[in-house]
Amino acid sequence: MSNIAPTAARQALRQCSRRLSTSSSPFATQAQRACLAPRGRRNYVSESSPKNATVNVETTIRQDQKAFMKETGLQPRDAEMPTTGMSGDAMMSPTAGILKQASVMDEGTRPIYLDMQATTPTDPRVLDAMLPYFTGLYGNPHSRTHAYGWETDQAVERARKHIADLIGADPKEIIFTSGATESNNMSIKGVARFFKRSGKKNHIITCQTEHKCVLDSCRHMQDEGFEVTYLPVGQDGLISMDALEKAIRPETCLVSIMTVNNELGVIQPVEEIGRLCRSKKVFFHTDGAQAVGKIPVDVNKMNVDLMSISAHKIYGPNGIGACYVRRRPRVRIDPIISGGGQERGLRSGTLAPALVIGFGEAARIAQEEMQYDTKRIANLSARLSSGLLAMEHTSLNGSPAHHYPGCVNVSFAYVEGESLLMALKDIALSSGSACTSASLEPSYVLRALGNSDESAHSSIRFGIGRFTTDEEIDYVLKAVQERVSFLRELSPLWELVQEGVDLGSIEWSQH
Amino acid sequence: MSTATAVEVRSLYRSLARQARQFANYNFREYAKRRTRDAFREHGAETDERRVQELVQKGLQELQVLKRQTVVSQFFQLDRLVVEGGKTGKQKGNRNDIVRVKDQGWD
Repeated sequence: MSNIAPTAARQALRQCSRRLSTSSSPFATQAQRACLAPRGRRNYVSESSPKNATVNVETTIRQDQKAFMKETGLQPRDAEMPTTGMSGDAMMSPTAGILKQASVMDEGTRPIYLDMQATTPTDPRVLDAMLPYFTGLYGNPHSRTHAYGWETDQAVERARKHIADLIGADPKEIIFTSGATESNNMSIKGVARFFKRSGKKNHIITCQTEHKCVLDSCRHMQDEGFEVTYLPVGQDGLISMDALEKAIRPETCLVSIMTVNNELGVIQPVEEIGRLCRSKKVFFHTDGAQAVGKIPVDVNKMNVDLMSISAHKIYGPNGIGACYVRRRPRVRIDPIISGGGQERGLRSGTLAPALVIGFGEAARIAQEEMQYDTKRIANLSARLSSGLLAMEHTSLNGSPAHHYPGCVNVSFAYVEGESLLMALKDIALSSGSACTSASLEPSYVLRALGNSDESAHSSIRFGIGRFTTDEEIDYVLKAVQERVSFLRELSPLWELVQEGVDLGSIEWSQH
Repeated sequence: MSTATAVEVRSLYRSLARQARQFANYNFREYAKRRTRDAFREHGAETDERRVQELVQKGLQELQVLKRQTVVSQFFQLDRLVVEGGKTGKQKGNRNDIVRVKDQGWD
């Protein structure tokens, strides 16, 4: 066999070499082969040693065995496929191949929530109180003819009691509404319309840093023929008592000043305002959405006549709020919503029992935990603000002395607030109230403090709540420090400031 | 505090702490752990037998709430927060516990 193979190979080689030099026609091939054959030797492929072309069965088997033994014990995941750079494991299934190039999700990508002034997470204890009323106890609390109604009514009244206890009121003075916005509208429009109907009082006093819903309600009353005074605030965000006293006229029917500001966390001197209003026989409404359940609030001590409360700011459900309406001396208001006469006729419409009960539970927990929460939030807030203010060219907005610690509003000079928010994608923050966060306008609250547009643009609000942890604060501090210095490095203004140029002295060319 | 109550209280603490760890949500989990620890520390020096019984009853109620709410929390799991850490890098071995997703950018 061994001598047949070389001959066959040689013949094959000769055939190939001849073909290479031939033209395509088979006929011509025959003729050329005939004439070329004797000349031989002029080939591209030269003859090699016959040994190399033979297959030695034994050595081949042995080599195969060796290669096979080398492969045993090699797991697919350890083998790398040539040219792909992927492991055998990934190559075996197409999905695995795709996943191989995907980013790891296990680290967690959900941002840290630090916007507690917008809304707070629902406390699990609140949800636990609500769930039975979503599942089995579905009676209408106003049904007086059957047990379904009675049991829900009882729970609603218990919730009303918890809320009344939190603000030191009588349960009968609590009117459930859909939220603080509705309560504000109800108070301002209700009182004003009632007075317009009966007397000559047609003046409302409010403040420039109020929430949008208060300002807009006042604007609406202006259209209905009321006069509205918008009190200015000082650098620290507080109103001046002298200015308020001067603003009160004989025809003033209502003063509306919020207890805790939603953007700055400034606590207004509500007690003094209440005393002043009581002495002048003017009704006093306060928007306590950010204050109730966070700082001690007592409507009798503060002489408050109307107060708006929201459930979702105190770890309760969204979509429910309350309005405190004093009964002695009686505050008469013209209801906005008319109907079946629920809630003393001030706010008709069936209550949402589950929400009301969640609200009540949230109020009970807030009262029970107020001391613990306050201590903890003050701690975290001190840590956060000291860390942020340790950076250069940062300032705290609002009065540091009259301040609710859960709201830290800081201006980072030479950084655009919105771009910092974008850079801090892993932290849920806001530059102002949620209602105006869609627009890029600087916050009107910060403008009212007398801050420049630039300063108002570069402010960010950090909200700390019951569920914020120390690790989150540390993460935020580190992230903010990194990104602020990064953004400042990009900024030409920052470069000028570093060189000692006073930005006010620059004359920018007009375009 | 009698010995029987001390054992009871310690067992309650352990059950609360164990149950608190079951929250899927990071913030609730940390709060439940922290609140349990702080509440027991706050009332650690309580000597009035009646008061201790009251607090134990309250703790048992909280335990019931925790048991229900941890289950609810586990039903509706979301991604982890950025602070939570977790497994990183390439998957090794036979386990398949590193979740990956292709980053598609916004929307």
